[in-house]
Amino acid sequence: MLYREAGQFKTSYAKDQAVFPIIQDRWFIALILVVAYGVVPFVANEYWLQAVLIPFLIFALAAIGLNLLTGYAGQLSLGTGAFMAVGAYATYKITTAFPEINILVVFVMSGFVAAGVGVVFGIPSLRIKGFYLAVATLAAQFFILWLFNKVGWFYNDNPSGTITAPPRTFLGIMVTGPEATAETRYLISLTFLVIFALLAKNLVRGRIGRAWMAIRDMDVAAEIIGIRPLQTKLLAFAISSFYCGVAGAMTVFLWLGSAETEAFDIFVSFQVLFMVIIGGLGSILGSILGAAFITLVPIFLTNAPALVNLPMPTDLGKHIEEIIFGGMIIFFLIVEPNGFARLWQIAKEKLRRWPFPY
Amino acid sequence: MNNARDIGDVLLKVEDISLSFGGVQALTDVTFEVRAREVLGIIGPNGAGKSSMLNVINGFYHPDKGRITYKGTTRTKMRPHEAARQGIARTFQNIALFKGMSTLDNIMTGRNTMMHRNFLWQALYLGPARTEELEHRRAVERIIDFLEIEAIRKTPVGRLPYGLQKRVELGRALAAEPELLLLDEPMAGMNLEEKEDMCRFILDVNDEFGTTIALIEHDMAVVMDICDRVVVLDYGRKIADGSPDAVRTNQDVIDAYLGVSHD
Ligand SMILES: Nc1ncnc2c1ncn2[C@@H]1O[C@H](COP(=O)(O)OP(=O)(O)OP(=O)(O)O)[C@@H](O)[C@H]1O
Ligand SMILES: [Mg+2]
Repeated sequence: MLYREAGQFKTSYAKDQAVFPIIQDRWFIALILVVAYGVVPFVANEYWLQAVLIPFLIFALAAIGLNLLTGYAGQLSLGTGAFMAVGAYATYKITTAFPEINILVVFVMSGFVAAGVGVVFGIPSLRIKGFYLAVATLAAQFFILWLFNKVGWFYNDNPSGTITAPPRTFLGIMVTGPEATAETRYLISLTFLVIFALLAKNLVRGRIGRAWMAIRDMDVAAEIIGIRPLQTKLLAFAISSFYCGVAGAMTVFLWLGSAETEAFDIFVSFQVLFMVIIGGLGSILGSILGAAFITLVPIFLTNAPALVNLPMPTDLGKHIEEIIFGGMIIFFLIVEPNGFARLWQIAKEKLRRWPFPY
Repeated sequence: MNNARDIGDVLLKVEDISLSFGGVQALTDVTFEVRAREVLGIIGPNGAGKSSMLNVINGFYHPDKGRITYKGTTRTKMRPHEAARQGIARTFQNIALFKGMSTLDNIMTGRNTMMHRNFLWQALYLGPARTEELEHRRAVERIIDFLEIEAIRKTPVGRLPYGLQKRVELGRALAAEPELLLLDEPMAGMNLEEKEDMCRFILDVNDEFGTTIALIEHDMAVVMDICDRVVVLDYGRKIADGSPDAVRTNQDVIDAYLGVSHD
């Protein structure tokens, strides 16, 4: 089918305001969902699910969270890992204290806990901006992890210092713990991502998204048209941290099975930031593309040399990976700050005009 | 001219306003009033304190001294977002649009304070939130039609030429349905045709919506043409206040513009 807008007249503002106003886009999304739900769980093996797809889905959720804060509201944060840790530890505390609460509900509750913590660490954003704010969030990163390491209460004084996902069921199916299958954990992660990506998209195309972007583009003018900077920024911190918190809970409970604070260290914060930059600041789709790219490149680099019978030491692969990421980040920051999402949009525009160049 | 409109009571009154920045005295004991539905021109040489005066009115600068009475309520301090909620909107001398957003989104943002659905409804984009969004979209489309900018609805404003950006900024201010509209050099840097368009929009806004307008402008021909009354500032002081014709022949004003030295 040709990718065309012609003939699709938007006869009402409601249609023009839709998430995917062009019919081919709707088909494309539907196709992806059908494959993700109907095909992938049956064809993907344990390795693909556990090492590639589940982390991709979880990081995509975290990247959406950070993109709401940094890409839309313009508040740079290096505390993503810490907000994810809050979600993970909150889930652990809640589900061990109240095992009867459904684990998926606990994920959402932990998101709210992370949102609260995010608001507290977002308060400095009223006074400081850019680099200085990043340093303040960095303080959150180190302080929160230090706290979780130091105070035994957070990991129930477990001698190993780790938090472990206990077995929990949803509709009679095991979703966490060692007996939960990779397929189940994949489907749950996918569902969380689909729902929360849609909610995020709705937020950014409405009043709140516009308030965030207004603060990002020119906070003085935003205030003069009646937008309250404090509330707007803190709401961005809250919702962003909610997303990161849920992603953190999923990291331990649907992916790793057990973890220490190292699973959420500063490198995680940077990794998610890279996803957002490469995928596209201020784009929900971009967050997902960026997460896909950053999770897939290392997998590609470990497997590709073997496929073409080229022996490559693992540390070399690691170095190449860092060079690629570094190069791409510089490229996107300087040349195309809107990342993959913008490239995708340009490709679509070209396709729309094809076969005529103009 | 605009004599047909009936000019009402005092909408805004500033009294004895003084403002300084460190050593610079930007405003000294400035007093004047703006009447409902009039178009007031604020003129004066560069650095006279015109922009500072608008900034004081909408709460962006806090005066060292003086009172501001708006719609019968006197206040000394006010935050800009409070002024916005009370019906004061403005545009800037140096365009202050949200560069990364489309024309449509910029103007929609002007109505943000009128939208009340909380973030949970927004996230679901169902029922009330959707109805609200569409309702405001309709109002914004009327402004887009009015300003004849239909073709650039979806264009990021950063890519628009200067004249159109000024027009979008006016659109964003109008979107709030203000009672008092403050325009800081809305026609600066425009060619004749663009100026004529902008004059027409300003007069139409005043005429159709009864919006009170206070505007700063350097182009005397424009001021004489569209203003009901003119306030002249020089070195932070008010030196004249009256009809365009009276002001034009006022000796102090002529001196100020010719740069006659002060005593
Ligand atoms: N934020 C500020 N900090 C320091 N000084 C300021 C500030 N804003 C204005 N001033 C000073 O106050 C005086 C009045 O400036 P203002 O911008 O109000 O003049 P204006 O009449 O709008 O001039 P123009 O026609 O050039 O726009 C000037 O001397 C200016 O340098
Ligand atoms: Mg000025």
